Amino acid sequence: MKTILVGLGTCGISAGGEKVYRALQEELKEHPGTFELKETGCIGMCYREPLVEVIDDGESHLYAEVTPERIGRIVEEDVIGGTQIDDWLALAGGQAEGFFDKQVRIVLRNSGIIDPGSIEEYIARDGYQGVTKALKEMTPEEVIKDVLDSGLRGRGGGGFPTGKKWEFTRASAGDKKYIICNADEGDPGAFMDRSVLESDPHSVLEGMMIAGYAIGADEAYIYCRAEYPKAIARLRQAISQAQRRGLLGEDILGTGFNFHIKIKEGAGAFVCGEETALIASIEGRRGMPRFRPPFPAVSGLWGKPTNINNVETFANIPWIIQNGGAAFAAYGTENSKGTKVFAMAGKVQRTGLIEVPMGLTIRSIIFDVCGGIIDNKRFKAVQMGGPSGGCIPAEMCDIGVDYQEVNKTGAIMGSGGLIVMDETTCMVDVAKFFLTFTQAESCGKCTFCRIGTKRRREIPERITDGQGTMDDLDNLEELSDQIRAASLCGLGQTAPNPVITTLKYFRDEYEAHIVDKKCPAHVCTPLLTYTINELCNGCTACARACPTAAITGEKKGMHFLDQELCIKCGKCFTVCRFDAVTKD
Amino acid sequence: MAESHEEFKQFNVDLWKFDGHEGALIPLLQSAQDTYGYVPEKAMHYISHVTGIPAAEIYGVVTFYAQFRTRPLGKNIIRVCNGTACHVNGVKMLYDTLQEELGINYEETTDDGLFSLVSVACLGCCSLAPVLTINGEVHGRLNVAKTRKIIREFRTRTKASEQ
Ligand SMILES: Cc1cc2nc3c(=O)[nH]c(=O)nc-3n(C[C@H](O)[C@H](O)[C@H](O)COP(=O)(O)O)c2cc1C
Repeated sequence: MKTILVGLGTCGISAGGEKVYRALQEELKEHPGTFELKETGCIGMCYREPLVEVIDDGESHLYAEVTPERIGRIVEEDVIGGTQIDDWLALAGGQAEGFFDKQVRIVLRNSGIIDPGSIEEYIARDGYQGVTKALKEMTPEEVIKDVLDSGLRGRGGGGFPTGKKWEFTRASAGDKKYIICNADEGDPGAFMDRSVLESDPHSVLEGMMIAGYAIGADEAYIYCRAEYPKAIARLRQAISQAQRRGLLGEDILGTGFNFHIKIKEGAGAFVCGEETALIASIEGRRGMPRFRPPFPAVSGLWGKPTNINNVETFANIPWIIQNGGAAFAAYGTENSKGTKVFAMAGKVQRTGLIEVPMGLTIRSIIFDVCGGIIDNKRFKAVQMGGPSGGCIPAEMCDIGVDYQEVNKTGAIMGSGGLIVMDETTCMVDVAKFFLTFTQAESCGKCTFCRIGTKRRREIPERITDGQGTMDDLDNLEELSDQIRAASLCGLGQTAPNPVITTLKYFRDEYEAHIVDKKCPAHVCTPLLTYTINELCNGCTACARACPTAAITGEKKGMHFLDQELCIKCGKCFTVCRFDAVTKD
Repeated sequence: MAESHEEFKQFNVDLWKFDGHEGALIPLLQSAQDTYGYVPEKAMHYISHVTGIPAAEIYGVVTFYAQFRTRPLGKNIIRVCNGTACHVNGVKMLYDTLQEELGINYEETTDDGLFSLVSVACLGCCSLAPVLTINGEVHGRLNVAKTRKIIREFRTRTKASEQ
């Protein structure tokens, strides 16, 4: 019998996936027994949701942008009639050309394929084979060796070798140890972890179990941000399924290994993604980082040795144990092994989630995998690493995604958010955005991070207001250096990166704001001038939209905009259908 | 300490799943907020009474985390994402439209108590930018018209359900 899968990750739901699912339920009532209806997570093509896949004996038709109205025809012609509807296919007309070709899916091996609510489907795709192999055939040392051999580095942003961390935590004295999964995913522009948790929660649980066995921990926490209700629900469901099957709890698979996983919901603080702050938050306190050493591997949760890894790091583990470290290390570059998941957003055609081997160039990711820039605009830069990262200019995008290569540019690999920017993005405004973010999220413990970030934020604010001076640029650099030097945790230490990279690569844009009082990307409102040009045919739309009555003119006659009265709200520009309002 | 105190009788004690474990403070505050829509001062005193954690420390935790509110919000909570992708893809347009429709700024509630507007760091739906959620429901790829339509529909729906 045919199976129909509906993508119901957060992306699918917000595009209307649930309505499509309900329409399919109705169809099933009308034509009972014609197909089996299932939900799945995110396949990565968030830009074409809602996605509906009709599967028959290994053959699959993936329909994109499905509406409830289209369901009738899909069921009639494809499911019952057996002919695909070419125009509605996701791959029709080269729409998704190359999207999957360069991808290697290890972390995302099950995403968009299995029903995340079904442990059976996870098991059917070799799920829990990794932990079975580890528990029954391997010593903890052998497990650690495999992870070391794989070359896997932490995917949460720091890039620390995972096997090394496990080794340290295993070597720490103490009979009680903890595993923590960091699912705080606070970087704005990142959604890899959410998608993995929503689409394949068991892979993360299995990775945590293997880690627990390797380091000798029997208790674990997943710290998940509260903004991810669907991911939390998925995790709860997965944990109770695993418990019912005896895969979590006491004496797992009859091996004497005990393991328990609890969920802690975050309460909305970016800094809680930092490991020592996260631990303080689990303990019920204000999430403020502390000085390291001691590292959590020595003294973590409740003072016990604790191994903390990111969601994506854990999701790699079952595959590595099952296929061996060498198989993972076969992908990638000299110092960056395996694959990396990227969350693609911004001005790129195909927004969504992709997984590529390390070493693929940024340009290839943007143009080959993700179809290039929206509306064929000029590609300007890509932001990597969120508030700790930086903007890499288009000219430098022939470097491969590799920890060292990316670091050389002044950005960082980060957790995997890739925001693509085009000519309509103002780099000074982007710097201001990140400075505002780090200032708001500073926990306030270190003086430079608490007060310095505020003083520093005011600089691009002045510049985008047209009040900047050239001295501001030097001050910006100097203050950034001081914040970096005098902050305890990564938040303050890396907060200068967005500024330093934009200053380095886009200094001309800063200068245009300061000297010419112009915003080349037409973003910074106070620096804009609106005028009405000769294309005006006197339709009066702009005059009616203007909130300050700055536009006057006769019907059918050319209109005039009084600069004195103009508040630069841009409404005239938006309503004009004749390109008669110029923005400069 | 788990016995309930006279002055806290009005609270439904069952809601405070205190299992005596350390680290229960944040879940307790979350459950208080789930119940009342915010964390009332009285709840902080009650939690202090049950757990033995000084009320001042509890207040410190409440004000540290963005999730906790010490004042009630409107019936419908609109969270506007201010992440990088939304910023680049026009959150300003979204905010301007909401401000026009509702007549309020971030962290304010409409006079009729129907809507509160909240700014959040990132909702993690970056591929759908710009994004907002109303009572947790995600709405993505917004433009002026779509935003207006959603708000108006919510207003009608909420008003109808009140009658
Ligand atoms: C300010 C700040 C925020 C962080 N946020 C996250 C986060 O959201 N998710 C994450 O996995 N790691 C985050 N980290 C990194 C963690 O401290 C830690 O290095 C990581 O969880 C370790 O896991 P990994 O080795 O698997 O990457 C953050 C670090 C800092 C300094």
